[in-house]
Amino acid sequence: MTTHPNVIVIGVGNPFRSDDGAGPAIVRLLKGQIPPEIKCLEETGDGAELLDAWKGVECVILIDAIQSGAPPTTIYRFDARTESLPVWFSHASTHTFGVAEAIELARHMDELPPKLVVYGIEGLDFSPGTELSPEVAEALPAISRLILREVLRLTSSKLAKSV
Amino acid sequence: MSAKSVKVDLLARVEGEGGFHVKIRDQQVQAVAVKIFEPPRFFEAFLRGRKFSEAPDITARICGICPVAYQMSACQAVEDAFEVQMDPAICELRRLLYCGEWIESHALHIYMLHAPDFLGYEDVLQMAKDHPDAVQRGLRLKKIGNTLMTVVGGREIHPFNVRVGGFYRAPEKRQLLDLAEELKWARDAAVETAHWAGGFAFPEFERDYEFVALHRGNEYPMNEGRLVSNRGLDIPIAEYEQHFAEDHVPHSNALHSTNLERGAYFVGPLARYSLNFECLSPLAQQTAKDSGLGRECRNPFQGILVRAVELVYACEEALRIISTYEVPERSFLEVTPRVGTGHGCTEAPRGILYHKYRFDERGLILSAKIVPPTAQNLKTIEDDLAEFVSSRLHLPKDRLQWQCEQAVRNYDPCISCATHSLKIWIDRQ
Repeated sequence: MTTHPNVIVIGVGNPFRSDDGAGPAIVRLLKGQIPPEIKCLEETGDGAELLDAWKGVECVILIDAIQSGAPPTTIYRFDARTESLPVWFSHASTHTFGVAEAIELARHMDELPPKLVVYGIEGLDFSPGTELSPEVAEALPAISRLILREVLRLTSSKLAKSV
Repeated sequence: MSAKSVKVDLLARVEGEGGFHVKIRDQQVQAVAVKIFEPPRFFEAFLRGRKFSEAPDITARICGICPVAYQMSACQAVEDAFEVQMDPAICELRRLLYCGEWIESHALHIYMLHAPDFLGYEDVLQMAKDHPDAVQRGLRLKKIGNTLMTVVGGREIHPFNVRVGGFYRAPEKRQLLDLAEELKWARDAAVETAHWAGGFAFPEFERDYEFVALHRGNEYPMNEGRLVSNRGLDIPIAEYEQHFAEDHVPHSNALHSTNLERGAYFVGPLARYSLNFECLSPLAQQTAKDSGLGRECRNPFQGILVRAVELVYACEEALRIISTYEVPERSFLEVTPRVGTGHGCTEAPRGILYHKYRFDERGLILSAKIVPPTAQNLKTIEDDLAEFVSSRLHLPKDRLQWQCEQAVRNYDPCISCATHSLKIWIDRQ
């Protein structure tokens, strides 16, 4: 018997803001490739929704488009359990709180999942539109494969433990 | 001779970008300016030439916190111009959607933006370390508001299910009944919220405001009613412009509204509550009493309590609507454009939101006017700051600045709305 590996992959972003939709686009690519028991979510980035989404989950992989000033398609990987996300990860939104704020709030309330890996994908174009920029679109399969490897590593180690 | 200033360049925990500057000379407040530097957004101009049916979705984009208010006022104004008699079942569903927005917006302001002031924290992140249970409660309350908006409106931010005449699709009965258990939790959590906030220390500060809100029979106002005040105003919303005007002031990219006869006025939870206390449910009235409120509230710092009472009411009201809900035969009424002018005014979480549109025979918008609640409160916020600082000149500068910021946040100002953003300067020498 195997138990549920309890891993979720969350793609964060607004698909109507070009490259901001990279996170959800990667999740859609992953859906056909990862074990069906792994939940894939597309979120807009509302912090409260994120806190809710990872409640009771052991491993969370979160993918978000970012603007750090690095070359487009640069990939960042953070272990959010051990480090805070850099300032530029915060979305400058006054109406709500985003990924970085949700993680810090969860940290203060002792509500962080046991494992939380955050991938940041440097975007190029965040203007209104439903298409990714050609640079980001071209890099998407390779980025997805990288994340898939991590998901599979996590689930196989979980499955191995639970056998 | 002494002079000083209290100056906050960028006010935290408000929606949008702005600040304030209080200039003090010879132990007297000389000038107060709430500076709104978020750029103007020209929504009224780019509505011109658009179709009537686009008004709810375009204006909803003015705000991510109160999009429903924009949609409701816009729909009402269009329907007024085209003389549409609304179906009561659709009105109930609109009220349910509005309950969702009130719950979400009030929970956000009470817990994330305002409570840290009373408990002495820089922000909710710091507060969460010591008060995790309270923050969790606030998040769960906000979430049920979001869920209600998603089920009725299609999604929680900028709902897309609203249209002139009603809704594209009415929710299934089951979808609403599924929310009942969580709403019952939310109602009890809202009562707990009021009791919790009732224990906060409130500065002694009251002013004799002119409160302006909607009023309609025995119904606590959201979507409909006449405009009334505690100074005898009692008008249909079509007469709004005969009584209120907007002026440009040099320090603000948001217009200031005034009552033409009496100047500054006050819109929002305190006004609604004080003018409509009798319309609240027995539980909401009892919660108000237990948390230390009277039938009227003139201390803006107690706005957090009034919001909590409205939170109780909105949860109960949502439960009431859900319990009697039947899927309406038609989810919307067809409307026929005609030449005309329409007025809409509904109670956004921050107060009355007025829309006026003029249409040609094809239903294209010839002119639009939008007056959001924060623009109506700006003059009152400046007056509050002047009086508040005058009686507290002895306070150390950092304490005074903290309390001034709090005095602005009492209004839950939405600067993005007002410019269709807030910073603070206290200048003391």
